[in-house]
Amino acid sequence: MSDIPTTSTEATAGSPDAPAMPVPLGKGVRRFGRRLSDSALAYLLLLPSLIVFGVFAYYPLYRLFWYATHHQSRFRNRPATYVGFSQIRDTLTGTDFKDGLLHSGLFMVYTVPLGLILGILLAVSAHRRLKGIKIFQTIFSSTVASSVAVASVVFLTLVNAEIGYFRDVSWLSLKNPTSALFAVSLSAVWQNLGLTFIVVLAALQTVPDELIEAATLDGYGAIRRFFKITVPTISPALLFLAIVLVVFALQAYAQIEILTGGGPSGGTETLLFKIADPSGVRSLGEKASLSLGLFVLTAVVAGAQFGIMSKRVHYGD
Amino acid sequence: MATDKPITNPEFPGTDSAETASANAGTPTVESAQGKAVVASDLRPPKKSARHYLGLTGSYLLLTSLSVVILFPIYMLILRAVSSPLAYISAGQPLHPVDIQWDVFKVAFVDANLGRAMGLSFVVTMIIVTAQLVTATLAAYAFAFLEFPFKNVFFGLIVGTLLLPIEVTLIANVETIRRIGMLNSVQGLTLPFLATAVGIFLIRQGFLGIPSEIRDASNLDGYGHFRFMFKVALPMSKPIVGSFIVISFLGAWNQYVWPRFATDRQKWQTVQVALKTIGSENPERLNLSFAAAIVAALPLLVLLIFFQRQIVRGLTAGAVKG
Repeated sequence: MSDIPTTSTEATAGSPDAPAMPVPLGKGVRRFGRRLSDSALAYLLLLPSLIVFGVFAYYPLYRLFWYATHHQSRFRNRPATYVGFSQIRDTLTGTDFKDGLLHSGLFMVYTVPLGLILGILLAVSAHRRLKGIKIFQTIFSSTVASSVAVASVVFLTLVNAEIGYFRDVSWLSLKNPTSALFAVSLSAVWQNLGLTFIVVLAALQTVPDELIEAATLDGYGAIRRFFKITVPTISPALLFLAIVLVVFALQAYAQIEILTGGGPSGGTETLLFKIADPSGVRSLGEKASLSLGLFVLTAVVAGAQFGIMSKRVHYGD
Repeated sequence: MATDKPITNPEFPGTDSAETASANAGTPTVESAQGKAVVASDLRPPKKSARHYLGLTGSYLLLTSLSVVILFPIYMLILRAVSSPLAYISAGQPLHPVDIQWDVFKVAFVDANLGRAMGLSFVVTMIIVTAQLVTATLAAYAFAFLEFPFKNVFFGLIVGTLLLPIEVTLIANVETIRRIGMLNSVQGLTLPFLATAVGIFLIRQGFLGIPSEIRDASNLDGYGHFRFMFKVALPMSKPIVGSFIVISFLGAWNQYVWPRFATDRQKWQTVQVALKTIGSENPERLNLSFAAAIVAALPLLVLLIFFQRQIVRGLTAGAVKG
């Protein structure tokens, strides 16, 4: 109480020995802002954000439905015609969507578990009191500074079919669709190492030393200690990271455009690559239908994320 | 594989502290446990065993090899940037630089598009960070300190935008920007990002942490809403605001998908998008692309060094309680 910078002499004088001066919250709030009612002020404060969200989040959702239910020639030389849900149905049951889903799913499989495991390995290794540990921690978090695009250019030097250092390593070859998707995923794993390391390390620092020591005294070995104490304590962080990595995988684009251009033979075209369609082979209606597919997937992931977030809000209160 | 190695942890001294502490029947007090750990590791160097030094060597070996794996790609990037592309290839693409050309950075800046792209990225990032800070602070204030009809509905609308990231709305937003003639413009590059749900949540969380006594005190002092916001609420939420600014900068600077499709002229490429095109049309100038990637990452590297704490706090805001 004493270190709170009170701005009012009245308040400091009033609170300690004169509790007779209650400040009912409702009344107090009403005394703020004499010219404007609270509601009007609140709407005014929300207005800028709501305009941006309205124009660039909700209106586009409506437009996606509109494009998806209308057929428009790729060259836009004729007016769009209403086609109902047939275009959405055809697109979301077609090979394009399935391939995109498969590639995005594989991207997820390659990046999420590997990213988590490496992040834990780095964090556990760097979570000790050693001379120079700060240097290692800085190195481990350094890839936070690289964007997806930078990481992709970095990986050009490693996996590019002509100039990459590992151009002859078959399981990283960009010439084969399967290995190409894996090589592209690796660039994402590397780029996300900094983030996963930072988050897991921060979580590790919340594991109480006494708990570990008590377990050691109880005869827990290192491995049992790790799985019985460390993992449960950092599991919220791991869950958060898993969701973030899944979202990143769903939204993978730059790696593919820069490293493979979607090839070879469409083998690295993720869902977003097909939606963004840099070579312009799909109609607006098809792309909008694919976007709605991505929307549903995003909603599922965001739903899980929100579940976790609201739990945390309860903690905070 | 990730689990067993790092656990060979030298911090928790085994024998001598164990005996005394175990007298406490498995519930070691905080002071005794920590006190022992400090004494054992810092004040009694002569007692360190050969096993201790073996563990220490193992730790450094592990840390060093992990560092090599992480830094190798960066080393290759620098190597390729400074080596003359053709000489490097004819030398058999070795692990050392060939025919070093330091002027590659100057050439990239002046002759290629890099200087302009960096400038544009700075302008776009500054606009986005500033606008997000303002819009998020205002909205967060409404949610944290004001009661108004349909508050939950509005909060739901903000939460709902999490389902509508730019990747989902890309197609429709590009059409909107095209229709209002803002393809290839700063407005087009920034408009969809002037508000952010995550920022609203973060700053609201900071505002909610302000004790109600402080609000009452300001209230009694006759502070209006705006004076309370700027003189009390924002300064008291400095750590969260700082973290938000840093992650907002990271996000805005690193964007790829939106600037890629909100522009179709090289002149309007941000630095991330320019990475794809700089030097790519000519194998003799491939090093320009690698040099550009180094330059594009530099501002964030500086950020990482000077604002490490804010970055960590920002990135972990959703992950670790407190």
